[in-house]
Amino acid sequence: MKDLFYGLWPICRKEFTHIRRDPTTLFFTLAVPLMQLFLLGLAVDTNVRQIATAILDESHTPQSRQFVDKLAASDSFHIVAHVDSADKLDSAIRAGKARVGVRIPYDYARRLQEGNTASVLVLMDGSDSSVAGQATNASTGVAMQLSLTQLLGNSPMPVEVRPSVLYNPSTRSANFFIPGLIAVLLQMMVILMVALSLVRERERGTLEQLTMTPVAPLGLMVGKMIPYGVMAFAELCVILAVMRVVFLVPVHGNVLTLLVLSVPFLLTVLGLGLIISTKAQTQAEAFQLAMATILPSVFLSGYIFLIENMPPFFAVLSKLVPTTYYIRILRGVVLRGAGLQDLLLDAMILLVMGCAATGIAAWLFVRQQQHA
Amino acid sequence: MTPAITAEGMTIRFGSFTAVQDVSFQVGKGELFGFLGPNGSGKTTIIKALCGLLTPTEGTGTILGMDIRKQAAEIRRHVGYMSQKFGLYEDLTVAENLTFYAGVYGIKGTQAEQRTKELLALTGMEPYLRRRVGALSGGWKQRLSLCCAIIHSPQVVFLDEPTAGIDPVARRSLWDLFFQLSGQGVTFFVTTHYMDEAERCGRVGYIYLSKLAAIGTVAELQQLPAANPKGTVRVQIEAPDASVELTRLRSMRGVREATIFGRSIHALVEQHDLEAIRQQLSGASVEPVVPSLEDVFVTLTYEIMKER
Repeated sequence: MKDLFYGLWPICRKEFTHIRRDPTTLFFTLAVPLMQLFLLGLAVDTNVRQIATAILDESHTPQSRQFVDKLAASDSFHIVAHVDSADKLDSAIRAGKARVGVRIPYDYARRLQEGNTASVLVLMDGSDSSVAGQATNASTGVAMQLSLTQLLGNSPMPVEVRPSVLYNPSTRSANFFIPGLIAVLLQMMVILMVALSLVRERERGTLEQLTMTPVAPLGLMVGKMIPYGVMAFAELCVILAVMRVVFLVPVHGNVLTLLVLSVPFLLTVLGLGLIISTKAQTQAEAFQLAMATILPSVFLSGYIFLIENMPPFFAVLSKLVPTTYYIRILRGVVLRGAGLQDLLLDAMILLVMGCAATGIAAWLFVRQQQHA
Repeated sequence: MTPAITAEGMTIRFGSFTAVQDVSFQVGKGELFGFLGPNGSGKTTIIKALCGLLTPTEGTGTILGMDIRKQAAEIRRHVGYMSQKFGLYEDLTVAENLTFYAGVYGIKGTQAEQRTKELLALTGMEPYLRRRVGALSGGWKQRLSLCCAIIHSPQVVFLDEPTAGIDPVARRSLWDLFFQLSGQGVTFFVTTHYMDEAERCGRVGYIYLSKLAAIGTVAELQQLPAANPKGTVRVQIEAPDASVELTRLRSMRGVREATIFGRSIHALVEQHDLEAIRQQLSGASVEPVVPSLEDVFVTLTYEIMKER
C-alpha cells in the first residue's frame, strides 16, 4: 500500500513550493475564475421582461385603449411605438425596434359590444424563442383576463390558480445559473492547473528524471492532486462567498454539506486533468485539451439546457459528464436545501468517476513509459 | 563476484521497429563503463530497460543481481540516473532540489542531512545552497544534478550524455568526480559522444544500428580485427599542410579512410598501395600507427554498413 503511493509527500511538498514561488501565476489562477463569475453572473438573465412592443390601434376606442393599457401594465411589455399602418408595424419588427407588434383591428370594440369574439393580432419576432414564448403567454393572459371581466362583470372569478414556486421563489435566473457556473469555472481551473503542472515537467525533462526514481505512478499522480485540490477548494469557498454576498443567491442548504460533496467532484476533475497531461506533449496542447472538456460540461450537464428535453442519445451522454452530477449537487444544496442523503448517489458516482480517472491516468502514464 | 550490470540477449521492439537487438554485456562492480553510439542507436533505450522502466521484448538483465523484469521498483531504489536534461527544478533553490530528491529516495532526517553535507563537500556546492537553480551556470547545474542522482548512495549510476553542452573545464571536473566515486566502488555506466571521455573509461561498448558492435578495453578495441581489416595498414602522415594533402590523399587509389588527427593525417590504406601512396606524398613522413578510438569506431561503422 505504501509502495503504491511511494513518493507522494515529497512530490506534494515540492508542488506547494512551486506554487509559493510563483505568486503571479497563483494570483491569475485564483483571480480569473472570479472575474469570469462576475462577467457571466452579471450578464446572464434569461427572465424576459419589458419586451419592446409596437402598437397599431385601428379601433381608437376606449375598449382598445383598455387593452393597450393592460399590456403596458404587465411587466412583460414595454410599449416603444404607436404606428398607423400594418406596413409600419411590420417594418418596426423587421428593423428590430420592436420584438412584438400588436394590431387591434377597427372592429374590435364593435365585436365586443355585439358579443362576438374580438380578435387581436400579436406579431412576434421568433428569432429569440424565449422572447416569443414569454410574449405569447403574457398576451394570452391579458386577453383571458379581459374576456373574463367582460363575461363575469363584477362577480368573482370562478377558478383561480395561485402558483407558488417552492424553490427559487422569485425565479431569478441568477439563482439558477450561478451554481451551475461555479461547477464550470471550478472544472476549468482545476483541469488546467494540474495538467499544466505535469506537462511542464515533461517539457523541462524533470519527468524523465522522476521516472528513474522509485516514485510510484500513483504517488506522482496523487502528490500532484493534493496541492491543486487544496487550491481549488479555497477558490470554491471564495466563489461561494461571492455568490452569496455579491449576487445575493440565497443558500437554502448547509454550506458544510456542499463543501463535503464538492470533494468527489474535485477528485474527478483532478483525475481528468491528469489524463489530459498524459496525452499532451506541450503546455499548448494541454491547454487545448482542457478547453475541449469545457464544451460538454456546459452543454450536456444541464447547466444551460434541461437534460429532460435532450434527445435520448444526449441524455445518456450527459450521464457520463461529471459536471452533471456536481451541478445537481450545487443546485440541490443551494436552491432546494437538499441534505447529504438526498445527494449521496450523485456524490458516490463522482467518487467512483474520480478514482477511475486517477487510476486510468496512472495506467496511461506507465504505459507511456513502455513506449518512450 | 557478481557483476553490477548484466544484459543477456536483450531485444527491445516498439511495434515493427527494433530499437535494441540481441545485446549482451556485463559491467563489473566499481567499473567505469563507457557506452558509445550515434544518436538513435538505442543507448537510452538500454538504460531505460536496465532501470526497469520498459520491459525488453526478449532477453533479460540484472542490476546488482536483481532481475530487471521482476524487481524494477527495487532496482530504482539502488541506481542513480542523470541525463543532459539535468532533471532539476529551476524555480527551486539548490537546497530544495536536494531535499526533494532525498525525499523521493526515501532518505530522511539526520541521514539526509549527513549525506547532503557529504555531497556538498564533494562538489563544492555549499555557497550556492540558497540560490535558485535557474541562476546557476551549466557546470554547476551538472554538479547539482549529479548530487541529486547519487543522494541515496546508489551502487550503480547511469549517466546519459552527462557532459553534453558544458565547457571543457566543467567537463574535466565532473569526470574527476566520477573517478573519485568510482574509486569508492560505485559502478558508472556512461553514454557519451566524446572520444576523449570514452578513452578515460575502463571499458567501452559501441552500439550501432541497435546492435552491440564492439566491447572491450580501449587497447582491446584497437586490436579488433574489424577495426584493422585484412590487407590494410593504418598510417599517420606528417605533412606541412595536412588539409591540402588530405584532399589529395582521398583521391588516391587504395585509400579507404583519411581524416585529420591533430596536425597530422590518419589514414587506412591498402597494404599493396602503400608504396605508391608514399611516393605520391613525396616529402611527407608515413608511419604505421595504432588506431585511435575514433578510428576504430569509424572503421567499424563502415564495415557494418558494407555488410548490409
